[in-house]
Amino acid sequence: MSPDLNVVGNSVGRSDGIGHVTGRTRYTADRSFPGMLHLKMVRSPLHHARIRGIDLSAAERVPGFVRALTARDVPHNCYTILGLIGVEPEEEFVLAEDRVRFKGEAIVAIVAETEAAALEAVSKVQLDLEELPAVFDVEEALEPGAPIVTHWGNNTFMFEGHPCRRVRLGDVEQAFQQADYIVEGVYNTSPIEHAPLETTGCIAVPEANGRYTVYTNTQALYFSLDNTAIILQVPGSQLHFVGGTVGGGFGGKVDVIVEPIATLAAMKTNRPVRYTYSRAEEMQVSSTRSAWRIYVKDGVTRDGHIIARKVTSYADSGAYSRQTPYALTKHAANAAGPYAIPNVAIDAYCVYTNRQPTSAMRGFGVTMASFALEVQMDKIAEKVGADPWTIRFINAYHDGDMKPHRKLVEDATLIETMQAAATRVGHELPDVFRSMTSAPRDAGHDGGRS
Amino acid sequence: MARLRGTGIAAVNYPTGMNLGGDPSQALIHATTSGSFVVSLSATDLGQGLKTVIGQIAAETLGVEFGEIVIDTADTDTGPHDMGTFASRATHRVGNAVIAAATEARQALLEVAAEELEAAVDDLEGDGHGNLLVKGVPTRSVRIAEIASMAQFKYGRTIAGRGAYMKPKSLVDPETGAMDPDSTEAHACTVAEVEVDTETGVVTVLSIRSAYEVGRQVNPALVQGQIAGGAWMGMSHALYETTAPYYPAVDHSPRDFSEYLMPGPLEMPEIECVVLEMPSSNGPYGVKGIGEMTANSPIPAIANAIYHATGVRFDDLPITPEKILRGLDAKRSGPS
Repeated sequence: MSPDLNVVGNSVGRSDGIGHVTGRTRYTADRSFPGMLHLKMVRSPLHHARIRGIDLSAAERVPGFVRALTARDVPHNCYTILGLIGVEPEEEFVLAEDRVRFKGEAIVAIVAETEAAALEAVSKVQLDLEELPAVFDVEEALEPGAPIVTHWGNNTFMFEGHPCRRVRLGDVEQAFQQADYIVEGVYNTSPIEHAPLETTGCIAVPEANGRYTVYTNTQALYFSLDNTAIILQVPGSQLHFVGGTVGGGFGGKVDVIVEPIATLAAMKTNRPVRYTYSRAEEMQVSSTRSAWRIYVKDGVTRDGHIIARKVTSYADSGAYSRQTPYALTKHAANAAGPYAIPNVAIDAYCVYTNRQPTSAMRGFGVTMASFALEVQMDKIAEKVGADPWTIRFINAYHDGDMKPHRKLVEDATLIETMQAAATRVGHELPDVFRSMTSAPRDAGHDGGRS
Repeated sequence: MARLRGTGIAAVNYPTGMNLGGDPSQALIHATTSGSFVVSLSATDLGQGLKTVIGQIAAETLGVEFGEIVIDTADTDTGPHDMGTFASRATHRVGNAVIAAATEARQALLEVAAEELEAAVDDLEGDGHGNLLVKGVPTRSVRIAEIASMAQFKYGRTIAGRGAYMKPKSLVDPETGAMDPDSTEAHACTVAEVEVDTETGVVTVLSIRSAYEVGRQVNPALVQGQIAGGAWMGMSHALYETTAPYYPAVDHSPRDFSEYLMPGPLEMPEIECVVLEMPSSNGPYGVKGIGEMTANSPIPAIANAIYHATGVRFDDLPITPEKILRGLDAKRSGPS
């Protein structure tokens, strides 16, 4: 702790710690309101299908049934979360219109007096679906003739005219010619669940003054409020969003899935409406981390310097892209790793498939890059006969180096963390690495790099 | 059949925040009659302790005790705009906004105190524990709590501050990818030790030992919490978790925690870390974001340790016992 600081640097107790460990912290789902209704969703049982008809008549006869909502009830039904910051096109349907694009996609919202009645009514809705061919693999989705997932005619998100987020520095093909070794790898990562203890949910409450208070466990109150205003075509002043301690986020609660439809249901019924995911919905319907397939090709000199790196990555966005295009950009900015590589080419694709949609998750595009690149570094070490520490020290970036996305490195401390880790585990580093620093190379601390 | 041990390393960078659409956070602060300071925000605490560290930053800048700070957040009627809690941005962005608001509030506080003490604002200093003093004259001091009360009842003044922080929007060049997507970068190096049971394919992680450089620790215990939690999450990602066990096949997708596997307490390895502090140029008190990155380096470190133990490369996550056994079988059945 710095001597001139009094509070920053102290491990003061968490202000909410006692509430957490004694079970007194209130989460969204702990709230209840008089007359509160429950919303449950009719979901697609198929991965890809045309909707020919919806028959609500049996559902409407279930005791406790209050109201059903379909796409026709949603004022602005097709939206995109990042439309707030100018991302296009609008692509996701609050409730499905003519087509469902993944198993579990929301089609009809049922509002009922009790959760049990809502679930029973959901089970009584008759869907007339015509199954369509589906695609589940990122590269198959890009082949000619693949089933088209989106409503605009291809399976990639377009980045300002390109089907992928590109980064280009130097000339990789020429550098591959000059390299002593080419080291290639292909890395696959599975989609995973955020697995929060508290599932995604909200309660929308009509107030006497004509406004709606929405209690939600979102990670981003204004994302939710602003998107809800757009989807429901109401002024933002009509909405009051209240969050609180979130029972685990990890990126899974940045989407805006539950608030708009719950608020619409509250408007239509003039009663509080609760919409909270079951664990099965959390796992099978809410966003996951994307599956990634990452191809890495490195050109390496005999002494272990990486002179060229080409990365081609495919993130499986599922049926809707949500925050995933952003992850591709973040991935592209980090897909060369914390190393100084003069020639880099990165193509990062956001691909639509008929899977459960994916979105933000902890590490957002970087976690998968770090996995692929750090395994790749060990393969390079083995190829050139160096140890894993050496290969990282000699390639580590320094302050003032140029990253592939043309930002100068600042605040670099990779070398210092490697030194500290080596010390911690008792691994003896050679002097040249012990004395190396992340300072700019012209400062005379280049650690033996030629 | 044997139990094979191996060690693997990984070194990573991680960006703080992202700003491709502009990345703002705002804060308001006002003093109550008793000298508490209410910090109004709309940022959400995800359980990582945001309210605590923001309270510490506010207390530090205002020069009051941590206990005098009230964090009022996650209400769009009272809290000014915040982009959201993600991208390892919250401590950096909200912290900077709170420093700006607290600096303005402190100036208002000093102006009232200067009037009361009949001194110039520039001649006042705080002791960091709730008192304002006239420099060089220790007998002339006043409790901040008294000034806060006088501001209300004697001087009719506000002690309040507004703060905003925004990383401006950076457009990406679509041809070259030139962009400025983050504020700073934190770094880590992890060493993992594993034991692979060649009969069952089960990987036991024995230890995950790391060094992190995080700029400045606002609350070291919470940093340790992130590192331990992230090590668990990374290990889980490396060895257990999947919603599509046979991607791209869509079968066997889990519905609950009996089907979605994660390591339990008995599987937890020894987790140790060293934390270095090399303050960033633009973070509040030099902070860098550490929220997300702690799950990253354990994954390749474990994958590299498994290779070191077995001589077989596993490049598909998660590295399940089934994959380990198939990989070992392939190695035994001859060169591929």
